[in-house]
Amino acid sequence: MATTRILCAGFGGQGALLIGKLVAEAGMAEGKFVTWLPSYGPEMRGGTANVMVVVSDKPVGSPIFTKMDVLVALNQPSLDKFAKDTKDGGLIITNSDLCGDPENKDKIKLAPVPLTKIAEEIGNVKAANMVGVGALLQLTGCVERKSVEDYLSHMMKEKNPALLETNMAAIDKGASYVS
Amino acid sequence: MGKKVLMKGNEAVAEAAILAGCRHYFAYPITPQSELIEYMAKKMPLVDGTFLQAESEVAAINMVLGAAACGVRVMTSSSSPGISLKQEGISYIAASRLPAVIVNVTRGGPGLGNIAPMQCDYFQATRGGGHGDYYTPVLSPSTVQEFADMAPMAFEIAEKYLTPVMILGDGMLGQMMEPVEFPDAYPPQKDPSEWALGARRTPDDRHIINSLYIDPYVLQEKTETLFKVYEEIKKNETRFETYNMDSGAKYLIVAHGTAARVAKSAVDALKEEGVELALIRPITLWPYPYDAVAEAAKGKEKVITIELSMGQMVEDVKLAVCGECPVEFIGKAGGVVFTPEEIVSLIREKIS
Repeated sequence: MATTRILCAGFGGQGALLIGKLVAEAGMAEGKFVTWLPSYGPEMRGGTANVMVVVSDKPVGSPIFTKMDVLVALNQPSLDKFAKDTKDGGLIITNSDLCGDPENKDKIKLAPVPLTKIAEEIGNVKAANMVGVGALLQLTGCVERKSVEDYLSHMMKEKNPALLETNMAAIDKGASYVS
Repeated sequence: MGKKVLMKGNEAVAEAAILAGCRHYFAYPITPQSELIEYMAKKMPLVDGTFLQAESEVAAINMVLGAAACGVRVMTSSSSPGISLKQEGISYIAASRLPAVIVNVTRGGPGLGNIAPMQCDYFQATRGGGHGDYYTPVLSPSTVQEFADMAPMAFEIAEKYLTPVMILGDGMLGQMMEPVEFPDAYPPQKDPSEWALGARRTPDDRHIINSLYIDPYVLQEKTETLFKVYEEIKKNETRFETYNMDSGAKYLIVAHGTAARVAKSAVDALKEEGVELALIRPITLWPYPYDAVAEAAKGKEKVITIELSMGQMVEDVKLAVCGECPVEFIGKAGGVVFTPEEIVSLIREKIS
């Protein structure tokens, strides 16, 4: 891996920005160069939110990009907006519970994952974004599962060990769904 | 050095200022620097510091003047329109010879503009900004790490020369997260008895902080003294970085801050195609590295300035190059940030 550019997008509150943050935190822990650049502005609840993440083995020049290697689309509007910006041969992970197929599906590798349904099966629909993290790690290998687990442990092991377990279960389910 | 942490530029510069001993912070909220004031609101009480959300930008900058006069490390922050409101106070602080740090996380203008990153406040920052015959040292970071490192640097320069110092970031650097490390120790504050009120070093030593000199001859003398200090700042504090200088490049790119990091990506991309470009990044925008830019431009066929504006720093580049070779400009207005691909194609146009 030289440089991986990832765009995560969804409704505000779905946790798209957090997917990006976990990848950036894990990448940093692995000694890689990372940037995390959110879309920001006068957003409203239910509006769209997206983040551009770059993980690289050399210093990151521009944190902004026009074409990405990977798109994680948590809802249909995000897919409609960003699918065309995914590089030919790139990867699109969709939440198949809320998204159809993108128009450029023949040019890219499509991984539709029922993020919401899998999260519901685990018992916490809010962990849908974590199912997406699992799929992302499994399909790209851009960062290690262990680095993500270390960061999540650091954040919630003492405060909320049950939530840590749910998150890791969601990540593993997402990974096994696409493997 | 401590452990690397992932932080927004807004948070990193606030944390570094606190670590550097800043215990007084006065500001008024504005996007895209909101995380900075939020961070200060959360952290200042934990270090027995003073956080005060003023009733306006004008109030905040005058509180900064007051705290600086009392001899403490003090900072304020805002974004473009808010900084415009602060200019009166900045002029007074400069005239009063007081050390203070102002962080400007710029946004799109003119007017209320928008909250996207822009470099269109270069003129305002580097030409004093307020009324009168004065300058303010201006530091331009291009990474979150550098943004953080500039907080202690700004306090040191401010105290060494008794001047307000501006850190000129932008909305992208403020909002972006990158790994940042904080050093274990920071340079301590200089003995404030040199400038502060109530710090009498000898029985006759009186500190009167003032910027009103009715007698033109007195104001003349004060201003000339100020400009002697500026000569010292120019001599000692001019900073810049060069990139790909020894490549035999025929073209030189000049860019600062966010534009410089995007430009660096373009330099790397064109290198892979066999096109060499040299790059110089001014780190201090005032004092401007005129000599370094002139030196870097020597023997080049063309100099290309890249800015997130309709062209402001390009005037300093022209002053530096002084007609030795053509100076071209690539710019963007409105808060739209270049992508490396765009810069690559625009540079290709300029050099073909």
